[in-house]
Parts: sequence; C-alpha cells; structure tokens
Amino acid sequence: MVKWPNKWMELPIGGVINVPATSVDVKTGTWRSHRPVVNLDKCIKCLMCWVSCPDNSIIRLDDDYVDVDYYHCKGCGICANVCPTDAIDMVEEGGI
Amino acid sequence: MSITVRQIRTGLNGDEAVAYAVKHANVDVISAYPITPQTIIVERLSEFVYNGELDAEFIPVESEHSALSAALGASLAGARVFTATASQGLALMYEILYITSSLRAPVVMALGNRAFSAPINIHCSHDDAYAARDAGWIQFFAETVQEAYDLTLIAYRVSEDRDVLLPSIINLDGFILTHSVEPLNIFADSEEVSRFLPERKPVNPIDPDNPITYGPLALPDYYMEIKRQQAEAIYSSKPIINRVFEEYKEFSGRRYSPLKTLYIDDAETIFVLLGSTAGTIRHMVRKWRRENKRVGVVSLTLYRPFPEEELIEAIKDAKNIVVMDRSFSYGSPGGQLFMDVSSTLLKYGLSPRILNVIYGLGGRDFTPDLAEKALHLVVETDEKIVWLGVRG
Amino acid sequence: MIEIRWHGRGGQGVVTSSILLSQAAIYEGKYAIHIPEFGPERRGAPVRSYTRIDDEEIEIRYGVLNPDIVVVIDPTLITYKELILEGVDEETRFIFNIHDSNVPGDYRGRHVFMVDAYRIALDTLGRPIYNTAMLGALIGATNIVKLDSAIEVMRNRFSGEVLERNIQALKRGYSEVISLG
Repeated sequence: MVKWPNKWMELPIGGVINVPATSVDVKTGTWRSHRPVVNLDKCIKCLMCWVSCPDNSIIRLDDDYVDVDYYHCKGCGICANVCPTDAIDMVEEGGI
Repeated sequence: MSITVRQIRTGLNGDEAVAYAVKHANVDVISAYPITPQTIIVERLSEFVYNGELDAEFIPVESEHSALSAALGASLAGARVFTATASQGLALMYEILYITSSLRAPVVMALGNRAFSAPINIHCSHDDAYAARDAGWIQFFAETVQEAYDLTLIAYRVSEDRDVLLPSIINLDGFILTHSVEPLNIFADSEEVSRFLPERKPVNPIDPDNPITYGPLALPDYYMEIKRQQAEAIYSSKPIINRVFEEYKEFSGRRYSPLKTLYIDDAETIFVLLGSTAGTIRHMVRKWRRENKRVGVVSLTLYRPFPEEELIEAIKDAKNIVVMDRSFSYGSPGGQLFMDVSSTLLKYGLSPRILNVIYGLGGRDFTPDLAEKALHLVVETDEKIVWLGVRG
Repeated sequence: MIEIRWHGRGGQGVVTSSILLSQAAIYEGKYAIHIPEFGPERRGAPVRSYTRIDDEEIEIRYGVLNPDIVVVIDPTLITYKELILEGVDEETRFIFNIHDSNVPGDYRGRHVFMVDAYRIALDTLGRPIYNTAMLGALIGATNIVKLDSAIEVMRNRFSGEVLERNIQALKRGYSEVISLG
C-alpha cells in the first residue's frame, strides 16, 4: 500500500502518481450488498462474466473456470446478469 | 561560458526570429494548427522540418485544442516541444492551458498577440496574453525582434529547469513585431546554442516499461494541496529566471531582467507597460527630459510571475503612475495590468495617483501625440481610466 | 533617421519593397526597420508600408507620420492627393510610377522623381509587380543604400530565373528613374 504524504510540499510534482497500479491497493469489496457466488456445475466456461466485469474482479482460472476477487468486487451483479446458464447467484452479504 | 559564441547579424521579422530560435533549440516535436490565426512561425518551422534542417516531428493538427494537447502529450513523454498561436487560437486552447501547467509540462509557446473577436480583427491587442495570465504559465513579453529570439531560448532553459517545470509563453505584438523586419543577432546553429541549452532531461517521463499516472483524480482531499504546490512553483521560478538571464548574458552578451527602466530615479511620473510600445515611450521620455519634465518608464519583460519587488523598487517614489493596457477587462475596476500594478502598490502600502490608459486595441497605432495626451491627463486631471485616441 | 512611406495596392509588392530595403540597409551595417500597415489583406486594396533607416538603434514603432521619401508604386494612387501628401513637407521626395512626366498640379514645386515601372515590370517579369523596379528607382534617386546591397538581399528571397528577372527590373529602375525637379 502506497503511503501518501500529508503536506503540500511533499506531494509528487503535478500530482503525478509515479508508481503503477495503485488502484489494486484500494479495497472496494466492502461496498457490496450482494456477492456473486459461482456454481461450477452450471458453468460452461464461456467467460462472459470475465469479459463483462467492469472491475476485473472475475478471475480466469487455468482451466477457464472462474473465481471471484472478493477484495475488489463491488457486487454490481453484471456477471450474474450476463451468465447464459444462470451459474452465478447474487447472495445477500451476511447471509453466508 | 564567455562571449566567443558565433553570432550572425541579419534582418528578420519577429515570426522568423522565433522560428530560428526554435530551430536552434533543436526541438523534437512541433504541433500547430496551420491556418488563421496562425503566424509565419510554424510556416518557417514546417519548411525547416521538410528541408531536413531540423530533425523534428511536425504535427499539423485540426484545432488549437489539439495543438496544445499533442504538445502536452509529447512533453510528458520527454520531448522538447513547441507550439504557436494567437487570439482565437489561444481561446480554443484554453482548457489545455491549465492542464499543461498543472501537469508541470515545460511546453514553450509563442503568442503573436492579437485581438479577440468580435468585431473580427487580426491586429495587435494583448487580449490573448491576459486571457492566459491566470493559467499558471510563465509569460515573457518581447519588445523587439531580438528579444523574441532571445526570450524563446531563455524560455526553454527556464521551463525545463528541474526546479521550475512550468510552461512558458513568449508574447510578441501581432504585426508590430511578428511582421516587422528588424536587425538582430542570431547564433550560428543549434550546436552553438546547445552550450547554453543542452538536451532536455525529463523528470517522470511517460514510459510504457515503467507506468505512472498523469492527471489522476484529486477530490477535496488532495486537490488544494496540489494547487498550493503549483502556486509555489511559479513564485519560486523567479530566482531561476534571474539566474538564466544572467547565464544568457554570459553566453550571448545580451542582458535581460524582469523589467527595463529608464529615468526612474527622480521621476515624478512613471509609465508602466508591456510589449513593443515601450520603445516609443522611451523615445518620448527622452524628449520630455529635454523639456525638464521628470518622467520615467518601466516596461515588463517578465509578466508572470509578476515581478512585484522589482516593480515596487522602480516606482515607489513616483507621484503619478500611468499604467498602459492594450486590452480591457470588461466590468473590472480597470485594465489587467492596471489591476496588477494597483494591487501590488496596495500590498506594499503605497497609493500614488494612477491613470489607466487603454490604447492600441485591434492594432490602433500609438503615436507621440497620444503619449503627450497621457502625460497631460495624469498630471493635470483626476481621470482614472482613459481610452486614448478613441473618437467621440 | 530617414523615414520612407510606401503606397501601393495589395499584391503589387509594397511590403516586399520595404522589407528588401530594410534588409539591404541592415546588410550594410545600419539599423533599419520595416513596418507593414496591413489594411484589408486582399489583392487590389490600397496598402502602406514604412521603412526607417538610421545609424543608431531605432526604438519607435508607430507608422511613419512625416516621411522624408514617399514611394508610390501604383500608378493610379497618385491622384489620391490627401493620402500621398499626408504629413509631407517641402523637403519630401516623391518617387512615382508613371509612364510620362505629366504629374498632377499638386506636385508642382516638389521633389518628384518618375520611372515607368509598369513598362519595366511587364518587360522583365511579365506581370504588374512593381516592387523591385521601384526599389531600384528609389536607390537611383536617393542612393539610400548601394545597388549591390539590394541585389545581395534579393538572393535570399528569390532564386533562379525569378531572381535574374528581378535583378533586371531593379537595375532598370535604378538607371531609368529621372528627376522632374
């Protein structure tokens, strides 16, 4: 996790963020009210969820099955919506 | 460094002089909108690139918004870049002006100062320079073709300094300097100039192998700190500008300073102005001195950062100040330079009589009789703002 | 300081004449400034240009108000007396592009020179562009710069056959200009 300075004179010039991929550090998984749960029995490896996820939170596995990155997933439900076999259920947080 | 550098005396117009300076600065990328209100500057540069005299990318874009955007992108990638525009073109760049300075890109731009429409007019006003005054760019004003050449080279050194990293504008009066031929000394070639202006060493260049983020979101939590830093950056550029002026004197033999003064020491009345009319005022001041009138003149070579201390030092003992604006800030207490000078005087606890002269809009000639009138008005009347030479 | 005012119409070369003269003076080590006064930028409209030449640096940048020399490169503009006589005095020299010595009465008693630059331009360039012929006439009438200096700066502006024809026009203007008193 990059630690940003507190004083104006210590900030990088022009507000440039001179390390890559700092968004990975930001935990957005706490935003969810519902979490996607994948039922691998129904999954046909079409990867529509992986293509459609706006936050890159569907993890493509070596065998083309999928998993979910719950650290970043905001629970938007697009993956469940695009799944042609209804293999993803949106489950209430706290319900599991 | 010493004055052993090879120079050539020649006669060029202001546009050509800037084009030679840019060539001698050995720029990597030139990006410009090639038609009206563009000047001969980029026309010459495109010839230099086409002839192989200058090894640079010339990008003829479809608008000034794109001209500055392309220059900004190239600058962030580490290139030494140049663009030029005037009046409406500057207006179309406006959004990117702020982004360029805020991202701390050392873009250098020549501005052939011309009037904003309407009515349509292609001649000199300082509307465009003033429109950019709050945008965080360093601004120089040339009085002569020689100064337009020199200040362009100086601007690169200042802008690219690691302790500055801000874009610069070189203002030169439209037609009066851009199209007038004058004698000047230029250096022999870019190799000679490289002794003063070595290759750019970029800070944080865009590099696909080491990704970084330019222009991130900074909401109420960080925006103000970044802006505070930018404000400090342009104020802190002044000692560096002075140092570069000094080094340029060593290199070229020609001396620059944030402002030029004549007969200010015992002056009762001092004229303060920007741009090419300063020579005409100096000519008048010499005449007035022969008539035992205690008049002096201050012209600003550096407009942003505003040379407050130097100006106050120059005008603090004067009874009357004539501030000349070649533009107007509609609905404001006066012209733009008038507001700069007035607030600086107040900041330092001074309150002389000030007359704001509005002159030369849209290329209206500024002749000796108008200077006489301004001197009469400041001494004999209590007028605050006068539009000199307006019929009515 | 010598101040020159050029009158012509857009496209005839009033700006080029003034630029070449200023560059020739600069070439000789003098100070000179060329100032264009563009009105409407279109072919045929009356335009003016100013040249100042001095041994010292020139600071002033307003248009020439009291010319020492007035060059009228367009034959039809001679009849615009208010324009041509503006700010002149009895010492002012006039150089007119006309084909005979019948100048209007208003110019009697003044220092008038004439040259048929129309004929020279058509003979040498084949087009009514009077700049180099009139520059030659100005130099012939006043010796304000050396003819060779003008040729030298023309080499930076023109090349090939265009250069040769313009040098011819310059030389003919120089030798054919005559004083009308």
